[in-house]
Amino acid sequence: MNYQFDWAVVTSGKYFEWLVSGVVVTVKISVVSIALSFLLGLVIAVMRMSRFRPVYWFAHGYLEFFRNTPLLVQIFFWYFGSYKVLPDAVNQWLNAQGFEFAAAVIALTIYTSAFIAEDIRSGVRSIPKEQMEAARSAGFSYVRSMFYIILPQAVRLTIPPLINQFLNLTKNSSLAMTIGVAELMYQARQVESYTFKGFEAFSAATVVYVGLSFAITGLMTLYDRKVLQPIKVR
Amino acid sequence: MDFQVVWDNLSYFFVGRYPKGPLGGVGLTLYLAVVALALSFVGGLILGLLSISRNRAVRWVSSSFIQIIRGMPLLMVIFWMFFLLPALFGKGMPASMTVITALTLFTSAYMSEIVRAGIMGIPKGQTEAAVSTGLTHRQTMLYVVLPQALRNMIPSFVNQFVSMIKDTSLAFIVGVAELTQIATQVNNRTMMYPTEIFLFIAVIYFVICFAFTELSRWLERRLAYTKSI
Repeated sequence: MNYQFDWAVVTSGKYFEWLVSGVVVTVKISVVSIALSFLLGLVIAVMRMSRFRPVYWFAHGYLEFFRNTPLLVQIFFWYFGSYKVLPDAVNQWLNAQGFEFAAAVIALTIYTSAFIAEDIRSGVRSIPKEQMEAARSAGFSYVRSMFYIILPQAVRLTIPPLINQFLNLTKNSSLAMTIGVAELMYQARQVESYTFKGFEAFSAATVVYVGLSFAITGLMTLYDRKVLQPIKVR
Repeated sequence: MDFQVVWDNLSYFFVGRYPKGPLGGVGLTLYLAVVALALSFVGGLILGLLSISRNRAVRWVSSSFIQIIRGMPLLMVIFWMFFLLPALFGKGMPASMTVITALTLFTSAYMSEIVRAGIMGIPKGQTEAAVSTGLTHRQTMLYVVLPQALRNMIPSFVNQFVSMIKDTSLAFIVGVAELTQIATQVNNRTMMYPTEIFLFIAVIYFVICFAFTELSRWLERRLAYTKSI
């Protein structure tokens, strides 16, 4: 192999700025989708635990469908095909926001919310049911015992899987490049095709992704040791 | 909505140009998934065993490798393979081989965690009993721990297969004619029916993946039942 390494390409100048702007877009898309998917996931989880059958079945179908379909297909569906299923006003508003970005956010949000809902539900289910019984017999209503007794305990247990989903979402946001969102992977590809320095460009992107996931994994280990171990239920 | 476009291209969606040309569509998706899963079973087993090795250096190297792969998006792994394999072997590879290599590498890392958890899940008494009957460490692993651990892992493997089927859609990016690629081709040719086409392939993926998800749940229940008696 007689490949000439040239790290300066990705550590300074125009191409460095491209990569940085890619990181910015990746962060933007991830943060927006994380916030939305958490809210949506919470709603779906509550619906999934409802005893009202139609609501339960809707949430159940939602979970199964979006978990068992590739994210890429969902991205394509929203990007290419959503104009036929969404109302015109919504389409116009989305177009005004930059439709690639919006389609990616919608797909990532819906896909991830299905996983988040399952994590929240299993978090709630892992709280012994005596907790609920005790709360109810102490005079709390169902909703109040959920909010004051069950959820505060469940949230602590649910944080690690949730953070994991958020990390997955950030990694999955790389798929947005397929519809032309200029996030990190897109820019790395761009730098490669302009400079033929693929090794350097991909290394730079890899360092960002892996660095982020190492940092999060480290924090989670710390959280587990400092917060979860001391309060271990049972 | 007008699903005529789907009926017109039905065999293209399922097998590509198959009898007259190369396999594509659903057929290729399943082929990629099955081959990559079989390979990553082996890869995951090896990585998993290495990551619980008694040799610190081996353990450290294999764990870092697993962590690095798990920290990357699959798309990144595919690009790396697309870029590195020709450089390493000096000649171009068929795109489907590149994708199988990338999927194998990626899934092996996830599979190794399943293997590790499965082995850790076998009670310590089993190992102690095996060692005290005179088996070596290797024999203990091979004849006592692994057979039990592997059986417990079956549901997780089926789940991994579901992820694998979903992940094969990324082969689209390097031009492998699997289901998603076929759908974009049909979409580019017809222009008018993106909603119908992508809804249709979403349903196909869903039917396949949901069937295996249910299988994995059933296996899990069965396993819990056999254990309880």
